Amino acid sequence: MFGTILSRLIAFAATLFVASLAIFLLLDILPGDPARFILGISATEQSIAVLREQMGLNLPLWERFFNWFFALLKGDLGISLTQDLPVTSLIFERILVSFPLAIFAMIIAIIIGVPIGIIAAQNRGKKSDSFLMLLAQIGIAIPNFWFGMLLVLLFAVTLGWFSTGGFISWDESIFGAIKSLVLPSIALALPQAAILARIMRTALVDVANADYIRTARAKGLTNSQAIWRHGVRNALLPVMTILGLQFAFLIAGTIIIENVFYLPGLGKLIFTAISERDLVLVRGALIVLVFAVITIMLIVDLLYQIIDPRLRSRNKI
Amino acid sequence: MFKNYMQKSKKLAFAILSILILSTSYSYAQNTEIKLGMVLEPPHLDPSAGAAAAIDEVVYANIFEGLTRIDENGGVQPSLATSWEISNDNLTYVFNLKQGVKFHDGTDFDADDVVFSFQRAMGDDSVNAQKAIFEIIEEIRAIDANSIAILLKRPSGDFLFNIGRGDAIIVAPESADNNKTNPIGTGPYKFISWNKGAKIVLEATENYVGDEVSIDKATFVFISDPNTAIAAMLAGDLDGFPMFPAPEALEIFTKDNRFNVLVGTTEGETVLATNNKKAPFNDIRVRQAMAHAIDRNEIIEGAVFGYGTPIGSHFAPHHPYFIDKVNTYPLDLEKAKELLTEAGYPNGFKATLKLPPAPYARRSGQIIASQFREIGIELELINVEWAQWIDETFTKKDYDLTIVSHVEPFDIGIYANPDYYFQFDSEDFRAVMEQLGQTTDEGARRALAIYAQDFLARHAVNTYLFQLAKVGVWRADIEGMWANAPIEGNDLSTIAFIN
Repeated sequence: MFGTILSRLIAFAATLFVASLAIFLLLDILPGDPARFILGISATEQSIAVLREQMGLNLPLWERFFNWFFALLKGDLGISLTQDLPVTSLIFERILVSFPLAIFAMIIAIIIGVPIGIIAAQNRGKKSDSFLMLLAQIGIAIPNFWFGMLLVLLFAVTLGWFSTGGFISWDESIFGAIKSLVLPSIALALPQAAILARIMRTALVDVANADYIRTARAKGLTNSQAIWRHGVRNALLPVMTILGLQFAFLIAGTIIIENVFYLPGLGKLIFTAISERDLVLVRGALIVLVFAVITIMLIVDLLYQIIDPRLRSRNKI
Repeated sequence: MFKNYMQKSKKLAFAILSILILSTSYSYAQNTEIKLGMVLEPPHLDPSAGAAAAIDEVVYANIFEGLTRIDENGGVQPSLATSWEISNDNLTYVFNLKQGVKFHDGTDFDADDVVFSFQRAMGDDSVNAQKAIFEIIEEIRAIDANSIAILLKRPSGDFLFNIGRGDAIIVAPESADNNKTNPIGTGPYKFISWNKGAKIVLEATENYVGDEVSIDKATFVFISDPNTAIAAMLAGDLDGFPMFPAPEALEIFTKDNRFNVLVGTTEGETVLATNNKKAPFNDIRVRQAMAHAIDRNEIIEGAVFGYGTPIGSHFAPHHPYFIDKVNTYPLDLEKAKELLTEAGYPNGFKATLKLPPAPYARRSGQIIASQFREIGIELELINVEWAQWIDETFTKKDYDLTIVSHVEPFDIGIYANPDYYFQFDSEDFRAVMEQLGQTTDEGARRALAIYAQDFLARHAVNTYLFQLAKVGVWRADIEGMWANAPIEGNDLSTIAFIN
């Protein structure tokens, strides 16, 4: 168990280093000069030169990378080129929107997706199964920004139950903050719920044919008892894998959803920062995201060990 | 028992009455608050240190003021300078300053602040996006606490206009360095808060010296998605969207009496910019052929849903010096093909058209590509981001054709710079512009401006498409907002709710 954790942690650090290098280099070759973008097309060459100097853009590539990387190790993400504020605080403000959004969406996806998958599996081949899987197919096919727009038109414009978007900060009102995340997280969750439902169903159908389910049935359990007591836990393994991957998709999905609901989240921050060539800010935000995603992957890996006792015993041998 | 009942009902009546009173006073308070939508969020709030239009859209004339200010129609009005005298040789300007003015942090405003602000913008380490407008200043000095003198290197007809722009705001030495995040100006509104990514809140100051304002509190909300902008207006989450991003949906609002669609002018000449140094565009006949091949009405209908005015030269139609040059090269495909044949391209040619992200540019590009195909010019459309556009097209001049709206006011002078990305090199035009820059007589200025417009139209330097309109959507019970956009800004001081 300890060896597994150690090897996972080494992989974690290596991934982080490779990712930081890739992020730095890829953004560096992006066409577009930040100083020129900030000062616009009427600026004099002298002003642009002064600004480039101020922003440290005139240093050689390797020097900029190591300056950035060593600061990163100390937890310092630098100063935003366009906003002149510490990147760490800019990102932290946005995480308070994006992560709750992704987590709410995840919870909603699980609450909707897993039971639908189980019900479909229990009724395999019946009309209800086909119907639920048809729904799942539609859920996967619908783009979440469009679904988000439909939610806005119904619940905000027509019914007036929610605001069309925006975010009431956690300081102002916790209830308000949660309320501002309801529609966006539903929009974000829908395709994920549909994928989860299908994975859950497939996984359960697979285990339904397993020997231990037959044994359980022979022992006198009904079909659903056997599935709930023995099937679901085994079926959770592939579902966990998908959930871990989905978290990365959810984070990516927030970029679009945050634009639709004008939420001040990380996605919108990255979107704007890229278009304004605020390289320092983009790098900081991407590193934070990479960190979040591989942390989730690490947690999923470790959870396998808890869910599946076979993995634990295998490690002992 | 009965008495008790009476007392209870009295209490009840009192309660109802007080709720009514409270709710009316509440709705009164609500009516002096306004929420405005903006597509882009400013990166920071110091207009003297960045070119982003969104900065001025929040702070211009609200938080910050200059010596002069620009009005809704592009005229120059007094602001922190209440009056000025110009010497006979047009080189010395003496400005008399408004008295009793305080910055929002309580420091006094006087002539030293003006000198400080101008020197900051002119200095060697200045990062002012319009540093060129200060280049003409030879010397600035305070005469006394309430007046200053500015000495120019040469006469200028644009000087009073230029110092009314957001780039020439007056700031205080005590607060200038923090203006990006905590802007301290002298305007009628002070900065209250900024939820990054979401909104900026301004409130009226109590001690503003000048006309009283009607709106007490203004919130700028940032909504980049056009569909969401429509929904937010329809749901009443916003009171106005001064530059509405979804022209395709305006019919919804024109037909709904809860809203007022306000159409005005901008300084944006939208042009099919042409690389005049690069073959085949260095041949005037090719450029003339392109001008003959475009159908402006179709472009305006398709790209900006009819909200635009056809132009034939690089000049705003609402400007007093404007002359209509649209018919210099009227739509004539046969003539266009003839000119191409004369130029040595009987079967047309292939070229690239780089399109920045603005919807007007992307849509215009598709329509122009299909119009050019009629005369054998095959355009490859390349979508670029703004940063990419500035880098490749504007700075490195690595392009054939591009579409962009030039939003600087009175910017015909850009054609006098052979290094500008059009790469148009004409000794004659430079001479005209030089003369215009030094002429202060109205009649002579007009004649020169008319000559310049005609010159650019005849030489078909670029293919001139349309003047971008400013289209705003507002609640029907709001008045006093600017219809036009002579400069970037949302002047809140004249806005009011109609009772």
